Amino acid sequence: MIEVKNLSKSYGNINAVRNISFTVNDCEILGLLGANGAGKTTTMNILAGYLAGTGGEVLIDGRDISIDPIGAKKNVGYLPEQPPLYQDMTVDEYLNFVYGLKHCKMPKKSHLGEIKTLTGIEDVRSRVIRNLSKGYKQRTGLAGALVGNPNTLILDEPTVGLDPKQMIEMRSLIKKLGRAHTVILSSHILTEVQAVCGRIAIIDRGKLIAADTEDNLSKDLSAGYDLTLRIEGAKKDVLPILRQINNVSDVQTVRETEKNVFEYELKAKSDIRREVFRRMSARNMPILYMKNSELSLEEIFLKLTAGSFYGKGGDAE
Amino acid sequence: MTAVFKRELASYFTTPLGYVFVAVFCGFSGLFLYMFCLSAGQSDMSVVFSMMFFIMLTAIPVLTMRTMADEKRQKTDQLLLTSPVSLFGIVAGKFLAAFAVFFCGVLVMLVYAVALSIAVTNAGGAFGWAVFWGNFTGMLLMGGVFISVGIFISNFTENQMIAAIGSIGANFALCLFDLISGYVGNETLKNALNSLSVYYKYGEFTVGLFSLKNIVFFLSLTAIFLFLTARSIKRRQQS
Repeated sequence: MIEVKNLSKSYGNINAVRNISFTVNDCEILGLLGANGAGKTTTMNILAGYLAGTGGEVLIDGRDISIDPIGAKKNVGYLPEQPPLYQDMTVDEYLNFVYGLKHCKMPKKSHLGEIKTLTGIEDVRSRVIRNLSKGYKQRTGLAGALVGNPNTLILDEPTVGLDPKQMIEMRSLIKKLGRAHTVILSSHILTEVQAVCGRIAIIDRGKLIAADTEDNLSKDLSAGYDLTLRIEGAKKDVLPILRQINNVSDVQTVRETEKNVFEYELKAKSDIRREVFRRMSARNMPILYMKNSELSLEEIFLKLTAGSFYGKGGDAE
Repeated sequence: MTAVFKRELASYFTTPLGYVFVAVFCGFSGLFLYMFCLSAGQSDMSVVFSMMFFIMLTAIPVLTMRTMADEKRQKTDQLLLTSPVSLFGIVAGKFLAAFAVFFCGVLVMLVYAVALSIAVTNAGGAFGWAVFWGNFTGMLLMGGVFISVGIFISNFTENQMIAAIGSIGANFALCLFDLISGYVGNETLKNALNSLSVYYKYGEFTVGLFSLKNIVFFLSLTAIFLFLTARSIKRRQQS
């Protein structure tokens, strides 16, 4: 479990991280989303113990990383954006080194063997890291982070530079790891966060502006009662009926989806679903599709980072 | 610390650096032995040790230039600093590895001494082992100081060349305190500079003076620079 309380980090006059608070529960994957320079990497570096925050607390499984750094780091596996690999070592030598560095007590051969199989680097274990492809280097970095079976994994943009096939494989591996580990994953690729993470934290200019599931963020940020409808019947007959409904502020025809079936978007100030159903039913105009207008993750991100701060995710400023 | 030590030591010998250092050390010490002992018909190796001081001054920075600088350049410091190892453990592991390579070079002096002692004994004379051990200890202690200074300087840059040149400069500065003191009028400052001169203290070893005070001085200086290295890493984490 990771607990971050009022974390701040300044570089001179620049506030890279501003009073961030969030929690990541056991066996949960949290996606840290933000534009380049938003403060994701700085936050991750502090969580991993590479940097010290200028204020606030970071607890890894209850241990404060600034008070008991060695104890806290025992429970952390960190994969930075550029994997920290010694180019002159073979994969096996590197993993053996990390095993010794982490004072790992697990049976060496079987533990490292399991990690190599899990990350798919068994075939390249005797190769010098310098000669590996970017994908294999990334996997080797992840394997290093997994040595010692830490409860917490911190992965900073783990799919950067990978080809689409490698990206899919890496995402599926991270999802698998999320079943047994607490994972924080940072990315600026929205689809990746969407595909892998159970919960999303959005950082903008060092501030945490939201932390929730994608569905909840979408619900909270959507207009609330807007509807998308597909109704069978002539457009000229349907539109006046919809406009007559109380609290409907706007009706737009989007397109004809089938013969004599039109899609409409309604903007409403209250829940009008039942009233729409009753009126259409009375005129014998079947509703073939009705859906609340929800925002995509891209829309959520753009809306939140446009300057209208959300204030739900723990930002105290 | 053990993992860092093993990795560092291996890296010296998976690259030419370790071999080149030992070869340079052996080559120059052999040359000086020929010039000042074999050609001159002398069995006292003190001059060889004195001359080797200047080789150490320039060769050790080459040995240590990559210790911290290369970790920063390759971003592997992220692995070290996020692992459950103390900062002093990391620095000490690197120091011991560099010292082990240096020790490999210094061992050749012992080989020369054994060869000379056999030759001297066969000729009916006695080899001055006490003077030799004084010199040998002095060289090890001096090497420890230069290595710790090199690691300290290497911590401030990602560029190995800058680290090497900076370390050579720092080593010279440490050794030239007694020369600078000649130009200082203030007696207190003059004494302070003299007491900091490592060259003067190394000189005492080369004439066979085995002083506990000097041993403590060299060991303290080594420990101080290692401590400062760990502190500067900590400070960088907090800045």
